[in-house]
Amino acid sequence: MTDQTPAIELKGISKAFGPVQANKDISIRVMPGTIHGIIGENGAGKSTLMSILYGFYKADAGEIFINGKHTEIPDSQAAIRAGIGMVFQHFKLVQNFSVLENVVLGAEDGALLRPSLAKARRELKALAAEYELNIDPDAKIEDIGVGMQQRVEILKALYRQADILILDEPTGVLTPAEADHLFRILKGLRDQGKTIILITHKLREIMEITDTVSVMRRGEMTATVKTAETSPPELAELMVGRKVLLQVEKAPATPGKTILEVENLRVIDSKGVERLRGIGLEIRAGEILGLAGVAGNGQSELLEVLGGYRKAEGRIRLNGEEIDLTGRKSDARTRRARGIAHVPEDRHHEGLILDFAAWENVAFGYHDKPEFNKGIFMDNAAIKADAAAKMERFDVRPPNPNLAAKNFSGGNQQKIVVAREIERNPDLLLIGQPTRGVDIGAIEFIHQQIVALRDMGKAVLLVSVELDEIMSLSDRIAVMFDGQIMGERVPSETDERELGLLMAGITDTDKPHSEAEIEANLARKRASAAKEA
Amino acid sequence: MQRMPQWADVVLIPLISLLLAALLSALVILAIGENPWAALKLMVDGSMGSTYAWGYTLYYATNFIFTGLAVAIAIHARLFNIGGEGQAMLGGLGVALVALYIPWPHWTLAILGGAVGAALFGAAWAFIPAWLQAKRGSHIVITTIMFNFIAAALLNYLLIGALKPSGSMEPATGRFPEATHLPTFQDMFSTAETALFRGAPVNVSFFVALLACVAVWALIWRTRLGYEIRAFGQSESAAKYAGISPTRIIVVTMLMSGGLAGMMAINNVMGEAERLVLNAVEGAGFIGIAVALMGRSHPFGVLLAALLFGFLYQGGAELALWTSIPRELIVVIQALVILFTGALDNMVRMPLEAMFLRLRPAPKPARKTEPAE
Repeated sequence: MTDQTPAIELKGISKAFGPVQANKDISIRVMPGTIHGIIGENGAGKSTLMSILYGFYKADAGEIFINGKHTEIPDSQAAIRAGIGMVFQHFKLVQNFSVLENVVLGAEDGALLRPSLAKARRELKALAAEYELNIDPDAKIEDIGVGMQQRVEILKALYRQADILILDEPTGVLTPAEADHLFRILKGLRDQGKTIILITHKLREIMEITDTVSVMRRGEMTATVKTAETSPPELAELMVGRKVLLQVEKAPATPGKTILEVENLRVIDSKGVERLRGIGLEIRAGEILGLAGVAGNGQSELLEVLGGYRKAEGRIRLNGEEIDLTGRKSDARTRRARGIAHVPEDRHHEGLILDFAAWENVAFGYHDKPEFNKGIFMDNAAIKADAAAKMERFDVRPPNPNLAAKNFSGGNQQKIVVAREIERNPDLLLIGQPTRGVDIGAIEFIHQQIVALRDMGKAVLLVSVELDEIMSLSDRIAVMFDGQIMGERVPSETDERELGLLMAGITDTDKPHSEAEIEANLARKRASAAKEA
Repeated sequence: MQRMPQWADVVLIPLISLLLAALLSALVILAIGENPWAALKLMVDGSMGSTYAWGYTLYYATNFIFTGLAVAIAIHARLFNIGGEGQAMLGGLGVALVALYIPWPHWTLAILGGAVGAALFGAAWAFIPAWLQAKRGSHIVITTIMFNFIAAALLNYLLIGALKPSGSMEPATGRFPEATHLPTFQDMFSTAETALFRGAPVNVSFFVALLACVAVWALIWRTRLGYEIRAFGQSESAAKYAGISPTRIIVVTMLMSGGLAGMMAINNVMGEAERLVLNAVEGAGFIGIAVALMGRSHPFGVLLAALLFGFLYQGGAELALWTSIPRELIVVIQALVILFTGALDNMVRMPLEAMFLRLRPAPKPARKTEPAE
C-alpha cells in the first residue's frame, strides 16, 4: 500500500439488526483514484456497510474518515456533502421526467426551475464530454434503455460533486454489451481521479475492472487483496468459505420421449403488439433447453403462456396431450396439476408474496393440495413442517419458516422458490433467470438442482439473459429475437459470438458482421415495435 | 428484523394517538368556553357509568363491528369498500322483508332468517360494483360510493311506497311481528330484584357480532380462501402466477364484505327499531371505514375500535344532551380520533420506533443458529 491518505477509511464498523450481526468490526481503506471491489455472497453485509457509508443506517460502533477527516454521516444529505454518490441497483428515477429534470431533482437552486435547468444543461454537457457519458438531456427516462438510465444515475451523482461513487450490483440488469460500456465509463472516471466502490457478486467483473478487492463473508471482512494478485477460485473460496465449483459438472444428456411440444405459438398483448410470432419448440425428457436472448424479446411472454397465465394462439402438447390455451382450464393451477412447475423470472412480483412468512410461500401455488388442507381449513402445521423440511434440504438461511420472505437475501428467496417448484417432482420445469441477484454459493446449488432434475428424466426449459449460464447448463440452446426463434445450437458447437449474432436477429452467422450492422438491426426492431405500439 | 415489540405496535401507538386526539379535543372544548374535564367525565359516565349507558355503547359498537369487519375483509384483498352504508341499508330491506313476510315461530329462527336475508341483500348490493371492478376495471371506490346514493334512493322509494302500511304517514314499514323481536340485554340479564340495561337497545345481536369477529379471523388466517384473498391483496401478479383467479377473489370478497355490512341490520332494524325506518343506518357504514383502519383490519382490532367508537357515539350524545357543547363537536372529536389513529399514525410511530431502537439491549456477540459447515 502507498502512504497516500485513503479516500475512505472505515474503522471498526459494527451494525446489528436484532440478533443478526450484519457488520462485525469492519475496517477498510479505499485509496483515491482506484476502483475498489467489494465482493461477497448475498447477506454477507455489503449493502449494510454501504448503507452506513451513505447515511441510511447508523453504525453501532466504528468511525468513518473521508480523505483523512473524521466524518459523521447521519443521513444521505451528509453523504452527498462529503462527496459520496450512490448508484442503486434499482434506479431511483422519475419515469416521465426528462434526463435533465431527473438530474436536477432534489438539487435545484432557487424557487424557479428554468435557471437551474439551464445551469444543469451546461454542466451535463461538460460532464458528458469529460467522461464520455453521452446522453440526450431531453429524452424521457421511460423512452431510454436500462444502460442509459444507469448513466443518468451516475450523472446525478457527478452533478452533486461526488468524488466517491458507490455502485451496488450495477450490471444486474445490463446486457453484456451494456456492461462493457459501463466498465469503460468507470475506467474513465477512475482515470480522472474519482474513487469507485463496486459492490458485486460477479467474479468476472471484479477481475475485469477493479484494482483492489475486499471480500466479505457473514458480516466480516475476510480479506483485502490486489486484484492482479488473486484469481477467481481464490476469491470464490474466500467468499463462500469453502472450495466452489465455478463450472457446472454434468454428464451428457440422454434425452428420452418428448415431454413438451410447442407449435406456432402466437401472443398479441393488450397494446396490440405481437409478442410471440409463431414459436415452435420441443423438449425431451432428461434434457435442458436453454432459451437465450436479450430481455424483452418474448421470453417472458413464452414463460407466462406455458405457466398458464397468459392466453395465446397455437398448440402446446404436454406428454402428447393437448393443453388448453384459451378456455377455462388455461390457468396456472391446472398447469401445475398437469405437472408443469414454474420458477418465474421475477421472484418479487410473481414467485413470492414478500410479506408472507416463508412457510406460507413454500405452499404458494400448491396451497390447494390435499396434504395442506383439512376440510375448509388449511393445515398450517403440515405446511410449516413441509416448509421446514424443504428449507433444510435447500439450505435456506436462516432456516426459519416463520420469517417473512422479504427478510431473506435474494439467493435464499430464490432457493425458497426453487425448492417449492423442484420438490414437486414436475415433468417439466420452467425456470426463468434462475440466478438473477443470487450469490455464487446459491448459484452453484441451484444449478446442481436443475441438472439433478434433468438427470431424473425431467424436461427443463431454462430462460436466462446470462449467456454463461445458458452455455454451461443447456443441452440445446434456442435463441429468441423479436418473438421468434432465430435458431438452435448445441453448446459444444457454438460460441458467444455466434449466439450474440442470433440474439441480434442475424441468422447468417457464418459471415462476418460489423458492430454497426448489429446495432442497425436492433434499431430496426425497436422502430418496428414502436410503430406497432 | 423486528423494530419494536408487538405490544407497542398494537397497544402503545393507538393509545398515544388517542391521548393526543383527546388533548386536542380538550383544547377545542376549552376554546368554546366549556370545561373539558367535566365533559370527559360526562362522556365516560354517559357511556360506561351504568348498565344503561353500557347498553347504548354496546348497541352502537355492534353496528360498528359489522361495518368495520366488512371494510376490513375487503382491505385484505386490497379493495376499498366505501359502500358499507348502502349495503347496510339493503341489509335492512332484507331483514324487513324476512321479518314481515315470513311467519317465524320463534326469535331464534327469526334471527337466523334475518341474518341470512340481511347478508344476501347486502352481498347483492356489493356484487354489482365487484363485478364491474373484476370485469371492466371500474374503480370500486367510485362505484361503491355511487351505490350508496342509489341505495338511499331505493329505500326512500320503497318506504314511501310499497313497504309503507296504508294509512301511515311515516316513511317506515309496519312493526315486525312479536315473534321476531330479539331479546335485549335487559331481557337476558335482569333478575327479579335488579333491572339491568333497562331500556337500552343492546340485544342478542351483539353476540352475533362477536361470532362474526371470530369467523372473519378464521376465514382470513385459517382457510384456503383467506390465504388466497391475502395473497391477491399483497400482489395481484403473484396471485395470477399461483393460479388464483382475480375475478373470483374480487367477487367473493366483496360478497362477504357486503354481507357483513348488511348483517348490521339484525341489530339496528330487527333488534332495536323492530321496523325499517328511513335512514336507519345513520352513517355506521362510514364509521366502519375508520373502525377498520384503526383496527388494522384485524377482527380483534375492529372489535376494540368499534367499542371505542361506540363510546364516542354514546358519550357524545350525552354531551349534547347535558351541556351546551353542540352535537357537531362530537363529530370533531371523532374526526380527531380518526385523524390521529389513522392518518397520522407515522407521527407517533416513528419517534416511538427510534426510542425502542435506542432502548434495545446490546446484541449478543454471536449468532446462535450458525449452521455447521
